[in-house]
Amino acid sequence: MAELVCVLVAIICAVQAIRAERLLHSALWLAGASAFIAMIFYSMGAREVAIIELSVGAGLVTILFVFAISVAGDEHNVGRLAVPRALAALLAGLCAIGLLWFASGVVSIVPNAPQSTGLTQMLWRDRALDTLVQVALVYTGVIGLLGLLQAGRTEVDVHHTEQSEIQSQHDATPQAERMHG
Amino acid sequence: MNLPPVAIAWFGAMILFGVGLYGLLVVRNLIKLVVALQILAKAAMLAFVAAGYAQQQMGLAQSMIALIIVADTVVAVIALALAVQVRRRYGTLDVRQLTALRG
Repeated sequence: MAELVCVLVAIICAVQAIRAERLLHSALWLAGASAFIAMIFYSMGAREVAIIELSVGAGLVTILFVFAISVAGDEHNVGRLAVPRALAALLAGLCAIGLLWFASGVVSIVPNAPQSTGLTQMLWRDRALDTLVQVALVYTGVIGLLGLLQAGRTEVDVHHTEQSEIQSQHDATPQAERMHG
Repeated sequence: MNLPPVAIAWFGAMILFGVGLYGLLVVRNLIKLVVALQILAKAAMLAFVAAGYAQQQMGLAQSMIALIIVADTVVAVIALALAVQVRRRYGTLDVRQLTALRG
């Protein structure tokens, strides 16, 4: 029963995240959806991942969103949509139903299935390559972010930096001469 | 009504998938597009948990979900940085007003 309540609340939060007018509200509704999905994970036995989802999905990503919204600013977009709402809803519903039909056999309960190993053993012994991929992904993200932030510096900023560097070199030269003298 | 947790999680994953896809199709704001992508990723995670619970392979499902969380966070970081750059350069977050690539 707890799972049903959590799933319903998570769906309501997700719908509100799409429907919300302001971007900040949208980010906060998304954080709520993350928190309730983490609760579903916990109640179904995926405890370690629930903690990760709660701290990363509801914490770190929300902070990133709030930071990005504060830098980029909020904006209301009104006007014609690329896809009409009714058509989009129909397409999304058809895709969801098709996926449900396609994968309904995957989640049938397997009786007497072999018990899986724990997450730590699984991550370090059986799926060590995944861990390596995760590390590579994190490095890629950091390098990409640094590159984007570097590219975002306007020419005025670069000019200012060069000017200040020249100024500091100019200030340092007489001191060096005095020290030599 | 006593539904098994697998069925609940599976239906939740499908509905979240539909909501995320609808958002991707309808939304015009770049930052909100990232929100819709996040909802899609959460649907995938929930589907993995349902499958792992049904097949008694929760360790495998959890390792997959950890990979999804990392990849999804990196995607969010890059996409938000791109959105900030687009806003600085073009002055808007509306995808329909980004006409630089229009032929």
